[in-house]
Amino acid sequence: MRREPPQRLADYGPLFFPAGMLIVFFVVPFATMIAVSVFQREQGGFYTPAFVFDNYARFLSLFFGKVLGFSLFLAIAVAAACVVIGIPFTYLLSRSPRKIQIVWLVALLSILSLSEVMIGFAWSTLFSRTAGITNLFVWLGLMAQAQALTPSFGAVMTAMTYQAFPYTVLVLYPALVRLDPTLTEAARTLGASPVKAFFTVVVPALRNTILATLIMVFIFALGSYLLPQLLGRPQHWTLSVLITDQAIYQSNMPFAAAMAVFLVLVSLALVGLALYAGQQRQAK
Amino acid sequence: MRDILNAKLGRRSVLGAGVAGASMLAMPSVLRAQDKSLKVGVYGGFFKDSFDKNIFPDFTKATGIAIESVAEPTGEAWLVQLEQAAKAGAAPADVSMMSQVAMLKGQTTNLWAPLDAAKLPNSKNLIANFVNKYPDGKIAGIGAVSWYITLVTNTQAYKEAPTSWAALWEKANADKLGLLALVSNSFLLEVTAKTFMGGTKALDTDEGILKALEKLSEVKPNVRLWYRDEAQFEQALKSGEIPMGQYYHDVTGLAASQGSPVRSTFPKEGGIQDSGCWALSRASKKTEEAHTFINYMCQPAIQATLSRKVGTSPTVKRDLLDLTAAEFASVSSDIEPIIPRYDLYQTKSDFLNQKWTEMIAG
Repeated sequence: MRREPPQRLADYGPLFFPAGMLIVFFVVPFATMIAVSVFQREQGGFYTPAFVFDNYARFLSLFFGKVLGFSLFLAIAVAAACVVIGIPFTYLLSRSPRKIQIVWLVALLSILSLSEVMIGFAWSTLFSRTAGITNLFVWLGLMAQAQALTPSFGAVMTAMTYQAFPYTVLVLYPALVRLDPTLTEAARTLGASPVKAFFTVVVPALRNTILATLIMVFIFALGSYLLPQLLGRPQHWTLSVLITDQAIYQSNMPFAAAMAVFLVLVSLALVGLALYAGQQRQAK
Repeated sequence: MRDILNAKLGRRSVLGAGVAGASMLAMPSVLRAQDKSLKVGVYGGFFKDSFDKNIFPDFTKATGIAIESVAEPTGEAWLVQLEQAAKAGAAPADVSMMSQVAMLKGQTTNLWAPLDAAKLPNSKNLIANFVNKYPDGKIAGIGAVSWYITLVTNTQAYKEAPTSWAALWEKANADKLGLLALVSNSFLLEVTAKTFMGGTKALDTDEGILKALEKLSEVKPNVRLWYRDEAQFEQALKSGEIPMGQYYHDVTGLAASQGSPVRSTFPKEGGIQDSGCWALSRASKKTEEAHTFINYMCQPAIQATLSRKVGTSPTVKRDLLDLTAAEFASVSSDIEPIIPRYDLYQTKSDFLNQKWTEMIAG
């Protein structure tokens, strides 16, 4: 069947629904946020419509720069950790019997049903001195005394990686299942060890999938505001935590909106850079 | 500010709602009473449960007005929601209990409908400073309850109760404290000023505020948790994971009475006294019912019930109450309280918030 270009307005019909949804649920809220970000903050009250850059000016300081830097670093670290653990895991999963695959996938999907609050409280209990895993280590004789592992950077990283891991596997899984097994077999026949075949054949074949996974987890992790609060010290609070503080507790919507716009722009820029770098390498 | 144990008690309130729904179907009289109804916002969790159990049913019986209680989140979060809703002409709750900081912010934007003193004869029972007024003298809100934030400890970790807020600064308490994370709900600047700088007047100037912040930054190594979520700290306090901190006197007392190893102490500098007002959203159409409700809540007998059942401190004059000395002592203290500098959270809120965030996160 030959595909005809759309002739009449009705031919564009199928596009209306997604376009409408995109406008209602993304364009309008985002435009509102940009508008609010230039409104005049009224201390002790709310805001009045205006066109001022005060909110952006307040953000441009060393303090917020550091917070932004930490947020980006944390998101990148979580994305990297997820991919480093996720690729070997998913590779082995895709090579295991179907029954085992189903059990693992169901278990991973069930993590998605947990809210961030539950994940946060569960990890803070696991990392606590009074009821945490260090008590197990003491019982096993590995440690002399139970100690608290939270609040710490490690605790924040662990919980955020845990939370993002199912998404990582779900994105990687189809690509790895579809990966032609003859590719690795050929490498093995030519004398490569399984590890070498994995790194020289599987990983390069998946480059685009890996990039997509990194970007997805990065953006997912950038929005996290509950886990850094529950499991980290104040220096581990992300920009999202401060945005929440401003919006919910200080009723300073204009400043919160300005920070959010800034965060979106910076993350878009980073994603663009990553895609551009990916294309450059492919072009070579 | 006080969505105490929201997560944990959510399930209980769902069950409660189910029971209430079932009993409503069983009792046609209550169903009829719903012709007149009022949505009342109270802090979710322990507060809402206590009101649903001890206060609202009697009110409906006395007045025929059905109460639909709404679990409201932390003071200012609820303020933002009410404000946005009022702009759209909606009221998620007609009457809400608002803490002072949120109350005053709502007053600046005229969020609260002015109340008619003639329809609130019982409001004369109140201690004068618990009535919030607009600059033109109209009543914006009527004191509902007051509460104290005190020094709390785990009794297993601390055999002796601390006697002064200065305990927060002691080297021996490294990594043991849980403190509220926001300048506008922890009131730690006031605590610092009262403990080390001779009183909260020291915060009159920016230099005074900065000096208090500097003194306060010395407690940072002692703080294990800066909490926004009360359930998180309460749990850690009970288990001894975080054995000391600042917390609400009423909830701590309740936990202790249920057998948890916790105690609340009024330090010699005084507990922090904060209060909640009943305020009516300007978008509400239930003005009559709201006045009836607020007037009902100002009765000394109701305030005494609140003290006994909810553990809050009364807003009506002491001599009108039939509370025994022991009952009064359990919800309040003779030590002069630390009154938060509410004026600062209006005129200097952004400055305070910026310096505070830099202090704890920097």
